[in-house]
Amino acid sequence: MNGRRDLVAEFRSGNVRGLARAITLVEQRDPSARRLLTALGGELRRPRVVGFTGAPGTGKSTLVDALVALLRRRDRTVAVIAVDPNSPYSGGAILGDRIRMQGHALDPGVYIRSMGARGHLGGLSVATREAVRLLGAFGFQHVILETVGVGQSELEVAAIADSTAVVLTPGSGDGVQMIKAGIMEIADVFVVNKADLPGAQRTVQEVRNLLSLGPKLEWRPPIVTTVAATGEGVEELLEAFERHREHLERSGEGRRRAEARLKDEAADLVAEWARAEARRLLDEDRELAARLLRDRVPYAAADEILTRRLTPGAVDRSSPPAGRGEEARPERS
Amino acid sequence: MASHAPVKPLRIVLAKVGLDGHDRGVKVVARALRDAGYEVIYTGLRQTPEMVVEAALQEDAQVIGLSLHSGAHMTLFPAVIEELKRREAEDIVVFGGGIIPDEDIAELKRMGVAEIFTPGTPLQDIVDWLRRRFPEPGAPAPSAASS
Ligand SMILES: Nc1nc2c(ncn2[C@@H]2O[C@H](COP(=O)(O)OP(=O)(O)O)[C@@H](O)[C@H]2O)c(=O)[nH]1
Ligand SMILES: [Mg+2]
Repeated sequence: MNGRRDLVAEFRSGNVRGLARAITLVEQRDPSARRLLTALGGELRRPRVVGFTGAPGTGKSTLVDALVALLRRRDRTVAVIAVDPNSPYSGGAILGDRIRMQGHALDPGVYIRSMGARGHLGGLSVATREAVRLLGAFGFQHVILETVGVGQSELEVAAIADSTAVVLTPGSGDGVQMIKAGIMEIADVFVVNKADLPGAQRTVQEVRNLLSLGPKLEWRPPIVTTVAATGEGVEELLEAFERHREHLERSGEGRRRAEARLKDEAADLVAEWARAEARRLLDEDRELAARLLRDRVPYAAADEILTRRLTPGAVDRSSPPAGRGEEARPERS
Repeated sequence: MASHAPVKPLRIVLAKVGLDGHDRGVKVVARALRDAGYEVIYTGLRQTPEMVVEAALQEDAQVIGLSLHSGAHMTLFPAVIEELKRREAEDIVVFGGGIIPDEDIAELKRMGVAEIFTPGTPLQDIVDWLRRRFPEPGAPAPSAASS
């Protein structure tokens, strides 16, 4: 519990606990995380980020494990963020992805972090983006994101990854379902895992057919077949990620995505700050709250909050938002 | 101070240490803790003390729950406590479950194990114990009757 003040030192010391705490603070949107990210400044190099999404049980964690093993054989350091859904009833979760990754449990070149998808102020993507940045600053060369493709989280995570793999299995009808659910658009690579089971080639053919119905794209997502449990096909998968990366660089799409990511991130941070400020004003200013309740519609109150917080010189004796310091005060401009 | 930040749930690494090979019991505990609102990181079977502590550090867990039925409790629990000391992480709370005689329980508690639950303990007792140990701000304390 003493770690707050020397968070930066602890992080820089290379102690895994410093990293782990920093990620928790980022998840909790704690102001000290912002101070850490600011202090790390130029150290925030971006690692290579790939994402895996797909229905539960398709073998994502097993695939991640195999990819980690391959990258380690090539002397690359790897961090994994595995996102699982929380119980809608209790908010709790059983995060079990580590079970498949036990072979790397004591390897200092591997860091594994399990996350519940819910309970992130400002959304999962804000926390995950900053976690990725911390992992890069800590020295990890690769980050692998795993999410269950049943809700919103895979879309948020796909927006962060350089390349996203959608994982399907033979005979489950996943292929068609996923594609119907709009997962198609986020796939840079398709993986047909469990290729040791019957029907794998049919699933490949299904995906190929569906792809051919779509628009002609510059990047045609390759379909890789794997047996995650044995590592079969994982080299080809890494190869597919590499080719996608080259495509991103060659076509300029990578730069476009990076710019879009930064804009998203800036907008998300403003939204996060604005929401917290609006809530604070509504809690603290009784008259404002009373006017809102009297109006029964939020528009006038929202306008007033915006005006009060954005107009230079507007009188607001309340404190600046925690952790933003002086630079957030409009009167300096 | 009014806070609208969602409180991140307490994170608990649940592990099965030792060589015995079934995990039905620990999975039941995992579900009970999830249903009580905790985030349970389940790491699977045959964990060594080093693996358990490393997982807790990487996951930034506040609590480690150990399940063991192999009779090796007087070596495995102290090994976890020792490893936590070595990693300067003694603030992580360790509890456990297993077939453990009373005199060993007393000894383990002296060594730094926070609580031991023997087979047949109602799951709610574990939840109540956690709630007392880690009270949520504003949440009513559970009745002490169940301890
Ligand atoms: N037959 C077969 N089973 C696999 C393969 N990959 C994973 N599995 C099994 O599928 C189950 C779910 O795997 P897991 O990695 O946890 O899936 P996730 O939920 O997508 O992360 C486990 O029992 C794995 O052993 C594979 O290539 N072939
Ligand atoms: Mg998984």
